[in-house]
Amino acid sequence: MRRQLPFVLVFLSGFFMIFQYFVPHQKSEFVYEFLLDWLTIIGGFAMALGIWSLIRVSYDRIKRQRENWGYSVITLTGLFLMMFFGITNWEDGSFGVYIYTAEGLSNSMFVHFFDFILIPIQATMFSLLAFFIASAAYRAFRARSVIASLLLLAALIVMMRFNPIFGAWIETVANWLMNVPNLAAQRAIVIGLGLGMVATALKIILGIERGYMGQG
Amino acid sequence: MSIFDRLMRLDRRWVFLFLTAVCIAGYYVDYSIPIRVTNETRSIYTFIDSLPPGDIVFVAIDYDPSNQAELHPMTYAIMEHAFRKNLKVIFTALSQNGPGMADQAIRDITDSVSLDRTYNGVEFKGREIRNGIDYTFLGYKPYYAIIILSMGQNFRISFPTDYYGTPLDSIPMMRGVLNYDNVACLIDLSGGNITDAWISYGQGRYNFPLALGLTGVMTAQYYPYLNSGQVFGIMGGMLGAAQYERMADNPGLAIDGMRVQLPAHIVIVLFIIIGNIGYFVTRRREQLEGR
Repeated sequence: MRRQLPFVLVFLSGFFMIFQYFVPHQKSEFVYEFLLDWLTIIGGFAMALGIWSLIRVSYDRIKRQRENWGYSVITLTGLFLMMFFGITNWEDGSFGVYIYTAEGLSNSMFVHFFDFILIPIQATMFSLLAFFIASAAYRAFRARSVIASLLLLAALIVMMRFNPIFGAWIETVANWLMNVPNLAAQRAIVIGLGLGMVATALKIILGIERGYMGQG
Repeated sequence: MSIFDRLMRLDRRWVFLFLTAVCIAGYYVDYSIPIRVTNETRSIYTFIDSLPPGDIVFVAIDYDPSNQAELHPMTYAIMEHAFRKNLKVIFTALSQNGPGMADQAIRDITDSVSLDRTYNGVEFKGREIRNGIDYTFLGYKPYYAIIILSMGQNFRISFPTDYYGTPLDSIPMMRGVLNYDNVACLIDLSGGNITDAWISYGQGRYNFPLALGLTGVMTAQYYPYLNSGQVFGIMGGMLGAAQYERMADNPGLAIDGMRVQLPAHIVIVLFIIIGNIGYFVTRRREQLEGR
């Protein structure tokens, strides 16, 4: 029963979702909306579970003083600080806790922590990519074969397509590259991916693929 | 050791240093770049520009601060264009740090639209942009695929209240606005997989006009959807944002950023060419020595 019930539930849910997609009757729409409501709630619980898991793992690391446990202290401090600022506010000289309403979202500390700490940190991390790409391209992007030469040439043209130095011809060539060879290759990938997704979904619905139950 | 051997063994810190110098110089030297507009971006601008006042544009801000440089200018340009045209805007943010990005953009643009200015050759009197009248920010909910599907039925399934806690039915601009059928178009600004969900679960199922604003590296991947008509326009990277700013006659973050991006690209291309020259010369010499 412990194995069969989940299979039955997956089969019924999966089959219903296929059925209602093609039969948009009022009753099937009602059940569909009901299921979407459930999914939203389950999604909320999954997020709470993720936060709980983060707290537990970080706490455990600090308690046992494992390698790099100091980072866990910073993780938990950041988490609780943002939660605290997100549900509190200090307006007109009075301090308030707002769990069900959104006053905390305008807490200046909540906004400033995001605007002046998180945004610069993430933007900086991503900006570093430009330097690594430049270095990697210099050392590894070599025209070792005909295929590699074609790739190199295409990359240079696409990168330079709007460079005013080269004029309009490079834009024409780059547009052709994007709209013909790129389009053909991407479309083949997308169609292959789509067929693969349908096959996997059918395998799950029919109980052939049981990985989600911890079985191969 | 010949110059070509040295080129092949160049320490990467020189590459970093040179790129940094070029970026700094590009930022401080005042020069302009002629921006040519592609059809992919033009179609988004034309679509929004042709909408009558009062129509609703749905803007999905699905990116984190890591994509700020490329996608924030798009958000700013589209928002300002929409508000100057007296369109109404619904925002969502389905990536974890998206709400903060959306909140920042809303604060900045509501300020800038309050000023009188000439915009695309037309004098626009500044006006107050009011939450609930001119825009609604629905906020964030986890599991974007589910949220996109549920909004196709009714925005209220996933968002009974907006980001600020106001029930959707109490928001004047949301009265009678049920789902995607009530919006003129949806523009997804994304730096990740959420775009796939908007195409598959959103446009594929509910058939609304969808346009994309993507990071430069993602753009090539989404051309099939443009060609098939599932997407009516694509803005790619900072260049796409700069094109939109150029069409809207609203030079901003992107056109400014292009002054840095362009020389940086030239430097990368030069390094690739230099590296290949070194590679070919060294290989040729090894072949000759081998004989």
